Amino acid sequence: MPALINAQNLHKSFGAIRAVNGVSLTVNAGEVVGFLGPNGAGKTTTMRMLTGFLDPSDGSITISGVSLHDDPIAARRCFGYLPEGAPAYPDMTVRDYLTFIARARAIAPREIAARLESVVARIHLGGVIDQVIETLSKGFKRRVGIAQALIHDPPILIMDEPTDGLDPNQKHEVRELIRAMGSTKAIVLSTHILEEVEAVCTRAVVIAAGRVVFDGTPEEFERRAPAHVTRNRMDSAFRAMTAPTSEVVT
Amino acid sequence: MSAWRAIFQREFSSYFATPVAAVFLVVFLFLAGIFTFSMGGLFDRGQADLRPFFQFVPWLFLFLAPSLSMRLWSEERRLGTIEILTTLPLGITQAVAGKFLAAWLFALVGLALTFPLWVTVSWLGDPDQGAIVAGYIASAMVGGLFLGIGGLVSAMTKNQVIAFVVTVVLCFLSLLTGFPVVLEFFRGWLAPSAIDLIAGVSVMTHFSSLMRGVIELRDLVYFATAIAALLAATALVIDWRKSG
Repeated sequence: MPALINAQNLHKSFGAIRAVNGVSLTVNAGEVVGFLGPNGAGKTTTMRMLTGFLDPSDGSITISGVSLHDDPIAARRCFGYLPEGAPAYPDMTVRDYLTFIARARAIAPREIAARLESVVARIHLGGVIDQVIETLSKGFKRRVGIAQALIHDPPILIMDEPTDGLDPNQKHEVRELIRAMGSTKAIVLSTHILEEVEAVCTRAVVIAAGRVVFDGTPEEFERRAPAHVTRNRMDSAFRAMTAPTSEVVT
Repeated sequence: MSAWRAIFQREFSSYFATPVAAVFLVVFLFLAGIFTFSMGGLFDRGQADLRPFFQFVPWLFLFLAPSLSMRLWSEERRLGTIEILTTLPLGITQAVAGKFLAAWLFALVGLALTFPLWVTVSWLGDPDQGAIVAGYIASAMVGGLFLGIGGLVSAMTKNQVIAFVVTVVLCFLSLLTGFPVVLEFFRGWLAPSAIDLIAGVSVMTHFSSLMRGVIELRDLVYFATAIAALLAATALVIDWRKSG
C-alpha cells in the first residue's frame, strides 16, 4: 500500500526568504507524526503545502496516491485540515458551521445529520452545538476546528498545533482522541510540547531552518540528548538538534 | 448539494447575521426615496415613469455595492478561514461564484424592495411597463458589475476599509468615463476611435441605453462579459496568492 502522504523535496521561498528547503515526508496509515521545530522553522509552511493552501516552489506531493498538483480536488477529499489558530466563522453557530463544511464537502444531505452527530459526540461539542462560535472559549473553538477536519472521516488528518491554548484536561482529551484515531489514519500534527510527542506520536520529525534534521521514533529522539542529561531529556535533545551550535547548553 | 450552493447560502445568511443587511436595506431604500422624489422630481415631471429613480441607481450602488462586497474575501483572509475554504474539495470558481451570487442576490433584494415606487407610478398613471422592466434589468446589471469589481478588490487585501475605498474609486471611474464632459476632456488629445472605446467600456453608456427602455443584446453582453471577466480575475488572484 502506498504512503497516504508522500511529499518529496519540498521547497518554498517567499521573495528572498527560503522558508522550506528540501523537506521530504512520507506518512502511512497508523502513523501519528509529531512535527517539531523552533518557531519559524517552516512547520506551518510545510503543512500549508501538504494541504495545497500554498503551492511549493519546487517538489511534489501525493495524497492517497493522487497528485495534489494535478488533481487537487480529489486529493483534498482525502484529508481533514486544522489550520494554525483554528479559524472559523465567528457569527455562525457550531451546528451551522459544521453543516456548512459538510455541504461544501459534498456529503449527501441525508448523511449530514448522522455525520454531525457522530463528530459532535466524539469531540464532546454537544453542550455548545447551538452556540455562536465567537462566544466559545478557546478550548471549544479549537475543538470546533478539529470537528470540522473530521466531519468527512478522512483517512488523513493534518493539524497545526491542535492542543495550543487548551487547558491540561482538554489537552488530555484531544490527545486521547488523536491516539484513538491514530491506529487507522495517517496523522501529522505540529506541536511545541515535547511530552505530546511521547504521549501520542509514533514518529517525530524535527525541522530546523527549513530542513528535516531528525526523523525517527520518540525513543530515538530522546537518545539524541547528551548522555549525561538525566532530566528533560526530550528538551535537551530538541535543543541539541535545532539550536545554533554556539547556543547549545546541556 | 453542490459546493457552490453551500458557499452561496452561508454568504447570503451571513449578511443577516450582522447588522449589514438591515443597514444596507434601510439606507438604500431611504436614499432611493430621497433621490427619486426630491432630486429626481418624480411628481413634478408629470410623467408616469421611473426614470428619476433609475438614473440615480448607479450612484446609490457606487457606495452601497462596495459595502456588500468589501468583506467577501478580505474577511476570509483576516479570519484565516480562507485556509479552510481553499483546501476544501471544491474548485475556486465555485467559491467565487457562490460568494458573488450571494452578494448580488442581496443587492437584488434591495432593488426589489423599491416596488412601492412602481406601484405608485402605476397607480397614478399608465407607465411604459417595458421601460420599467428594462430599468430594473439595467440596475441589476450595474449592481452586479460593481459587486464584481468589489469582489476582485476584496480578494487582494485583508483590510475591508481599503477594499471599500478602492472599489468606490474604481466604480466611480467606470461611471465617469461615460459622461460627455469627461469624453469632451479627452477629445482634445485622443483619436475619435479612442474616445469611442472609452465610451464603449463605460458602465454609464450601457446603463443609459438600457434605461431608455431599449433592451439591446449588445448592452446585456457587455455586462455579462464584464462580470464574467471580473469573476475570472478574482479566481486568478486567489489562486495566484497560493504561490506566496
